[in-house]
Amino acid sequence: MLKGKKVIIIGDRDGIPAQSLEECVISAGGEVIYAMTHCYV
Amino acid sequence: MKYPVIKGTSYVLIHTPGLLLQQANLEGLPFSHLLTDQLRSFDSVAGYPPNQAFIGNLFPEDLPQIPRPWYNNSLPNAKRQGLLGEIFPEDEFLGLLHAVDVYGLVCLEAGFKLAVSEKLRSHPALSGLNGIATAQDNGCSHAEIQEIIKAGEALPLTFGGRIIGCIRKAHSSDSTLSASRVLENLTAKASAAAALQLLFRKTGLKPQDVDYIIETSEEACGDLRQKGGGSFAKSIAEACSCSNASGADTRAFCAAPVHALMQGAALVQSGIFENVVVVAGGCSAKLGLNAGIHLAHGMPVLEDLLGAFAFHISKDDGINPIVRTDLIGTMKVGCGDSPQQVYSSLVAEPLTRGGYKILDIDRYAAELVNPEIIEPTGCGDLAQKNYKMIASLAVLRREMDRTGIEEQIQRFGVPGFAPNQGHIPSGVPYIGPARDLILRNKVNQVMIIGKGSLFLGKLTRLYDAVSLIIQRNPKQKASVSI
Repeated sequence: MLKGKKVIIIGDRDGIPAQSLEECVISAGGEVIYAMTHCYV
Repeated sequence: MKYPVIKGTSYVLIHTPGLLLQQANLEGLPFSHLLTDQLRSFDSVAGYPPNQAFIGNLFPEDLPQIPRPWYNNSLPNAKRQGLLGEIFPEDEFLGLLHAVDVYGLVCLEAGFKLAVSEKLRSHPALSGLNGIATAQDNGCSHAEIQEIIKAGEALPLTFGGRIIGCIRKAHSSDSTLSASRVLENLTAKASAAAALQLLFRKTGLKPQDVDYIIETSEEACGDLRQKGGGSFAKSIAEACSCSNASGADTRAFCAAPVHALMQGAALVQSGIFENVVVVAGGCSAKLGLNAGIHLAHGMPVLEDLLGAFAFHISKDDGINPIVRTDLIGTMKVGCGDSPQQVYSSLVAEPLTRGGYKILDIDRYAAELVNPEIIEPTGCGDLAQKNYKMIASLAVLRREMDRTGIEEQIQRFGVPGFAPNQGHIPSGVPYIGPARDLILRNKVNQVMIIGKGSLFLGKLTRLYDAVSLIIQRNPKQKASVSI
């Protein structure tokens, strides 16, 4: 599904952080062009 | 093993709408002119249910029974004083700011200064603070204050929309000593000093009996060559006449308070010190953090409060709840950041070490920010998100069935009730209620979780978390009232 796609990742410290999402995207063949974890507090 | 105990706690909220507007101006927010109409009165802040929970007039567990929005459901006859803390108005805060300033950087108008000094001198907890008990300068004239501000030497300080003073920069060119930095740092110092004075008042701990202070805010004080040198801790100790104390600052973003509790407990248990205080003041830069979103939702601007706390850790007295220093949970560098790994390391691992299961804990207290403040941003209820992870881990470990998740979260999850002040909501607001409930034999053990967004500093992509368990003292026989 993500093969050849460019992906922007906004992670959530109290949800799923960016690095974990990044690993999933890469393993599914996507290209991560931006990944950042956000903090809302 | 002889564990250290949590001997006392204090919590402070300070209503600072003037400081909020100052912060909005500093940041050049485009909606600054819209804020004034949406600011809350002190009475509205005092009656706001989460604030009453923060100062101990209401258990956080009772908040879900109060209909939302809570800003439309103020508690009748709410008091500024609570079992665990107190809410202060902005004029008293400005007087405190002046009192803890030892470099003459805070100038207050003579009439305002006289009136507020009188109020502070008659306050049972604050009257003993250095700078209040002893006479300082007589104040400035309105013209002098205007002149300093106009010359670009100072930022205005306001009360009720009127300029009543100013705060000067501490160096002509060093940006780490600019007026806005001095304001941030003196704000943290003043609010922490108020919390420590309140701790003395509430617990009977004497300033001269404090051996060590660990300060855990998110501010950095220093100058150009050592921007985060510190030490807030010793400056607070000095302001509060802790003449026999030393101290230092601990920094780990919002996780710092739980790190500091662990460090303080270790200092007591090792016998290095008998009385350790963990303290933190409020963060002016976080005032009005989501004000634009609150305005867009037609809500009052809810981030109008500074928070502060102080905890007294001491040797085992056979009564107060113990800190299980052998069951500290950490988020090790190698554990990665997937929720399953994080909560295994933070929650399951220390519990397993102690022979406990996830459901043996009566209450979990993680990221306790008031959901009413944060939900309009779209990020959801952060406390609940953490509890869902913990409950899910219990399912994965076959300690419960997935159908029980909601029920267990309701049983063990402490609802969010703290102001959005970074390090303030990070688990520790529940230490006071937990101590109360444990002493009254209502609860046996509580896990406090602090999380910190280290990635904001751009040195690492990691975040941090640490947990500790507070447990009923095995020697406590009868129910005790605090």
